[in-house]
Amino acid sequence: MIEFPWLEVSLILAALGAVSVGCLRSPGRAYGWGLAITAAVFACTVPAWLQHYLGLKTSPHWSIQEALFGTIIFQLDELSAPLVPAVALLHFLTALATARTKMRRFSLSWSLASESIRLATFSCATPWVLIGLLIACAIPPFVELRNRGKSTVVYRLHMGLFVALLIIGWAAVEAAGNPAVAPSWAVIPLMAAVLIRCGAIPAHCWLTDWFENASFGNALLFVAPLTGVYAALRLVIPSSPDWVLLGIVSFSQATAIYAAAMAVFQVEARRFFAYLFLSHASLVLLGLELHTPLSLTGALCLWFSTILSLGGFGLTLRALEGRFGRLSLARHRGLYDHSPTLAVCFLLTGLGSVGFPGTLGFISTELLVDGASSASPVVGLVMVSAAALNGIAVLRVYFLLFAGARHTSTVSLEMGVRERMALLALAALVLCGGLFPQPGIATRYKAAEELLQQRHRHEVSDLADRPGAGNQPG
Amino acid sequence: MGEHMLDLGILKTWLGVVVIAAPTTLLALLGAAALLGWRLSERVITRCVHAAVGSGLLAALAVLIIMLADGSRHVDVQIGDWVKIPHYHFSVSFVFDRLSVPLAILSFVLSGTIAAFAARYLHREGGFNRFFTLYALFLLGMVAASLAGTIETLFAGWELVGLSSALLVGYYQDRPAPARNGIWVWVIYRVSDAALLLAAVVLHHLTGEGDFAQLCGHGPWPGGTASLTAGQALIVGLLLLLAAAGKSGLAPFSGWLPRAMEGPTPSSAIFYGALSVHLGAFLLLRVSPILECSMWLSAAIVILGLTTAVLAVLVGRVQTDIKSALCYASLVQVGIIVAEIGLGFRYLALVHLLGHACLRTLQFLRAPTLLHDHLQQVNAIGADALGSASDGQTTRLRSSRLHLWLYRFALERAYFDALLLAWVVEPCRRLFRCCDALERRWTDWLAGTRAAQLDITAVDPAGKHEDRLAS
Repeated sequence: MIEFPWLEVSLILAALGAVSVGCLRSPGRAYGWGLAITAAVFACTVPAWLQHYLGLKTSPHWSIQEALFGTIIFQLDELSAPLVPAVALLHFLTALATARTKMRRFSLSWSLASESIRLATFSCATPWVLIGLLIACAIPPFVELRNRGKSTVVYRLHMGLFVALLIIGWAAVEAAGNPAVAPSWAVIPLMAAVLIRCGAIPAHCWLTDWFENASFGNALLFVAPLTGVYAALRLVIPSSPDWVLLGIVSFSQATAIYAAAMAVFQVEARRFFAYLFLSHASLVLLGLELHTPLSLTGALCLWFSTILSLGGFGLTLRALEGRFGRLSLARHRGLYDHSPTLAVCFLLTGLGSVGFPGTLGFISTELLVDGASSASPVVGLVMVSAAALNGIAVLRVYFLLFAGARHTSTVSLEMGVRERMALLALAALVLCGGLFPQPGIATRYKAAEELLQQRHRHEVSDLADRPGAGNQPG
Repeated sequence: MGEHMLDLGILKTWLGVVVIAAPTTLLALLGAAALLGWRLSERVITRCVHAAVGSGLLAALAVLIIMLADGSRHVDVQIGDWVKIPHYHFSVSFVFDRLSVPLAILSFVLSGTIAAFAARYLHREGGFNRFFTLYALFLLGMVAASLAGTIETLFAGWELVGLSSALLVGYYQDRPAPARNGIWVWVIYRVSDAALLLAAVVLHHLTGEGDFAQLCGHGPWPGGTASLTAGQALIVGLLLLLAAAGKSGLAPFSGWLPRAMEGPTPSSAIFYGALSVHLGAFLLLRVSPILECSMWLSAAIVILGLTTAVLAVLVGRVQTDIKSALCYASLVQVGIIVAEIGLGFRYLALVHLLGHACLRTLQFLRAPTLLHDHLQQVNAIGADALGSASDGQTTRLRSSRLHLWLYRFALERAYFDALLLAWVVEPCRRLFRCCDALERRWTDWLAGTRAAQLDITAVDPAGKHEDRLAS
């Protein structure tokens, strides 16, 4: 086990699985195989993470990647090590919780293809390959929208702009030789690309449009891992000047508050979730761009928490949609008595995402607010306000969906076995991570330190490359 | 002798751990049952509650007895660092002193009494298990907040109390009013939580610590001197006052208190008569050394307390149901307790708090029976014989414009809710609904289609009755 290339196997397995499941005609068989393959992919990412966590190396004698590409492109580091199994887990649990009635809509073939691209993205730090993967990530959603007969214009416009700005920005940054001394006109497109992909206002409409038009499962899987934030971490934070980070902080602050307030007043469940997610993504981005050890650690923890908590929260909403269709939040539904476990999972994952004590999000929010306040009291105030609004939004929707009316139904609305397993697994992770946070926080702190060191190295090379730097008096 | 002292120290620490572990275990048990869908019988739940409350109470009493016997006034129970990284640590510690021990014992005594009452009151109710799960959440939050040795631990307990309160207000799930009122209570609590979190962060940065011993100076409560300047104390103190005002229903947040009466009587008794409503006052007592640093802060607390008390007297006099009348009577006393804290009468405020909590619990638990008794009396001897306002008095009230204005003012509960709705909720709702509409138009225009929207107006014939915030 120790010297086995688990990461490479998981990537290949997901890619081959996508092809093989796509060849199957029967939805039932495709679902069975697809589920088994997503489970196997997740099972491979766990030892890959353990290898990194325990400081073990893969085989020093031979590497698949070196044989194929001549160099190592995909590998785990402090930042990506826990994210890869988290993303694989989310894919597996989403597939597991898919109801029989939705098997035709939720294409496991495309889901596996997306998973392989996403896992490759999260284990890649080489800029141009990463950019290629980020572009590839945007393709399956486009296919999904087209297959569903929905308009792809909003998505195409935003993603097209994202791709163009990303390529232009990074090409210009590389043209400058040292990314640390890249001119402003080169860095601005990069910043804009990241903001569009993260859904910062005013370029956030693609996200609500995507949630309204895609299947809930695919919509969730596309946004929950926060791929845009990963792009920011790899491409922007290590080398960009402070004013760029300040710009991202400003946009993220506005988005966090705006999206949280929009979530409070939403009347449609999908749009509510989209805004709730947007607010969390902005909070993560905000913490990362402040680039202090505490804010970075808090943001990295919140990132992990968002994947699990909001992933679980999304799955509960998806389970409800599976029973009632699109959910309106304009009236009370009173579903608690029919599905109490679903209500408890909804509350637990929702409160976990907003940082309720005893859940994974609590210590993340504490760290983030603490780090942000030391960087700027205004940012601290924004974070606390956004967290408060998100909390209000979650409980409001809980009361609207599960209380306030007497719902009559002739059929059982309780969760199925697979749904229950998926949601309970996520709920258990949210709770365990909240009750025993030290190991997770310690690894995130290491990742934050690594990021800060990268940035520091760039700043040093920036000073060295400045004209006349060598003539400075000692 | 030294060994004997050491043994007592260890014993106190272990007893302290039991005080916290008892409600934690109860919550873990009932919470796991709720999550896994296990249906525990009423008898099992009641026994678990009795065991947890009994063991917690006995352990707290034992700590008190040992403290009285060995003359110690401050026992620190360090659970350890929950999280520790460079630049940050979150330590979990609990303090047993003259402030926390009485409140913890009071929490166990009143919670035990109310659990015994609720086991009969809610017998065969559909939500019996849910009530006691939320009860366990509340008990843990209350005990953690009472004994918290750091402001972060207090914040965690504070949030647990808030969530359990909001969910219990919405306990009756087949009617819209409890759900609406639950949301309202939660909104006020979130404002209060945000203020407390900000205060904690500011204090952390000013002193570098979250421990109350560091924040409020070493020395047993109520001694100790905070090492803050008057300006710093004013900023932190105002945030803490905002947090306390939200939690204790002080002006202008008092509107949530009568709304919270939608919950079952046991929860009304435990939350709004006995314990939860005093948590704000407790917070002010806990940070009393900070209050002493700023005269303006103390003055603000006195003014807020007295204003709340006067308004609650006025509003309470026109209430027509027993629970609302009792909750405003509670608020009068809470206002006076807060004023006492502002004036520096710490022990008086503490004794007042304890006595008031006991009295009000009794009154709340008697409330359903009082109504029953009253109806029986009316049936037996008629309403006239029970006494009512004389015609002369009524005429005099109607004849005075001031009285009429005061009557309306009181009937509208000082217009607090109306003002919050009109000035805060409604403008925000309009603004963000407008933004939502603009966004939809923008995406529709881009896509060249009319996006399918859920019908948000005609879905509910009863929608017109819905709270504007809820809708």
